[in-house]
Amino acid sequence: MTVDDVELRELAPAVLSVLVRRGADFATAEDAVQEALIRALAAWETTEPADPKAWLITVAWRAFLDMTRSDAARRDREVRFDTEPPAGAIPSADDTLHLYFLCAHPDLAPTAAVALTLRAVGGLTTRQIARAYLVPEPTMAQRISRAKRIVSRAGVERPGDVHTVMRVLYLVFNEGYSGDVDLAAEAIRLTRQLAAVTDEPEVHGLLALMLLHHARRESRTRPDGSIVPLSDQDRGQWDTVLIAEGIDIAQAALARDQLGEYQAQAAIAALHADATRVEETDWVQIVEWYDELLRFADTPVVRLNRAVAVGEADGALAGLAALAGVDDHVPRRDAVAAYLHEKNGELGLAARLYADAARNAPNLAERDHQTRQAARLNQHLQQLGSPRREREG
Amino acid sequence: MAKYLLLKHYRGAPAAVNDVPMDRWKPDEVEAHMGFMHDFAARLERDGELVDGQALSPDGVWVRYDGEGRPPVTDGPFAETKDLIAGWYVIDVDSYERAIELAGELSAAPGAGGAPIHEWLEVRPFLTAPPTVTQ
Repeated sequence: MTVDDVELRELAPAVLSVLVRRGADFATAEDAVQEALIRALAAWETTEPADPKAWLITVAWRAFLDMTRSDAARRDREVRFDTEPPAGAIPSADDTLHLYFLCAHPDLAPTAAVALTLRAVGGLTTRQIARAYLVPEPTMAQRISRAKRIVSRAGVERPGDVHTVMRVLYLVFNEGYSGDVDLAAEAIRLTRQLAAVTDEPEVHGLLALMLLHHARRESRTRPDGSIVPLSDQDRGQWDTVLIAEGIDIAQAALARDQLGEYQAQAAIAALHADATRVEETDWVQIVEWYDELLRFADTPVVRLNRAVAVGEADGALAGLAALAGVDDHVPRRDAVAAYLHEKNGELGLAARLYADAARNAPNLAERDHQTRQAARLNQHLQQLGSPRREREG
Repeated sequence: MAKYLLLKHYRGAPAAVNDVPMDRWKPDEVEAHMGFMHDFAARLERDGELVDGQALSPDGVWVRYDGEGRPPVTDGPFAETKDLIAGWYVIDVDSYERAIELAGELSAAPGAGGAPIHEWLEVRPFLTAPPTVTQ
């Protein structure tokens, strides 16, 4: 039989927690757990042990002792730990939670917290993380060991909290899929694991948000990587099982009556998922949720997305009025302006704005998408004859 | 083997033969261009000649040190006259001739009217490590 990589990695935080609880320092313990995971992949190829977690704890503990011994020998120090591990404490939910908090330590930059979380909690190898983020492996190795030093030095007494953890997981999710590690799926797995050990409604809101977006993934891009906008997506491709689960989790969280930004975003995603045809989208309710979201996160991006929703609920002019208050420099503003002006019949202006949007696009897929929009409108205008017929103003 | 940089410009290169802004092309011409670029990258990779390919945003600023204890000075956005790099391929090929051949193929990407753009691309050899045998 072959070892299930994800099943194996799910054990990583518990094993690491046991080592830290036995008095191992975080940085070395984390290396020892990686070592044990790598050995397990080879050793379990033929037979999986009866108690995989106990196997990992034993091997990781021995690896930890080897590492400290060689360290100690080098520095001419005494061996500080017994060879025989103390009776293994069963890791509790609090240990797992504590590990998440440690990896999202407030002293860590977001890139470092992301890398450390993926390795220490996610059990991914440095190579896998490096490939996922398209940086050389030595660079990622340095980033992780630096992060571990900061966490060790800053002490375990002032870890992050559930909000810093959620920001980290949200960043991982948004990175999506590049290369051989599916970061979106990994973020969902880690958020599920987090949701299992905390009843904070925002964590459940975040999980729901991820599931609802993930459910639409297949329909968001064509095989060549080009973007399919929400209105053109084949809704038959949406994963109804994930949608049902996401909606259940979102509703249960919202029922707790402690609204936050992730729950509000999940509510918006749920309303989109609920519409079997784009025409059935309940834009009025979506605008109401954007208003709620603004209370928690009054950012230009939220205001920009709200302007799109207003444009759908109350017409292009209302959308443009909502857009007027949005910062000029927010990414994708030109694209939204182009869309709303096209909806308002100002085709020449819309075509120019699509071309601007292409120039300012933050990635190639979006640049191509906006270029296509501009080309489509310009061709349409040519077929109409004179671009002067449009209502511009 | 030798590495070359194929450099594409937003501006600063001599004008292409078929020089029409992309948003003025017909939608199917845009599709044909994007398909060509996609295939070109895939072929470089398949043939074992691709090292790296990246695109740059047209935004950017000049930056320089401004003395001890002072934040760096920035100067931007760029003047309209500045040579502006759009992106690059780094290729690892057998010969100079092969680098020129590939740049020529890339320059033949279809544009307005479905005709090749004939865009000017810059080909720059990398400075290499000193060879083991020097005489």
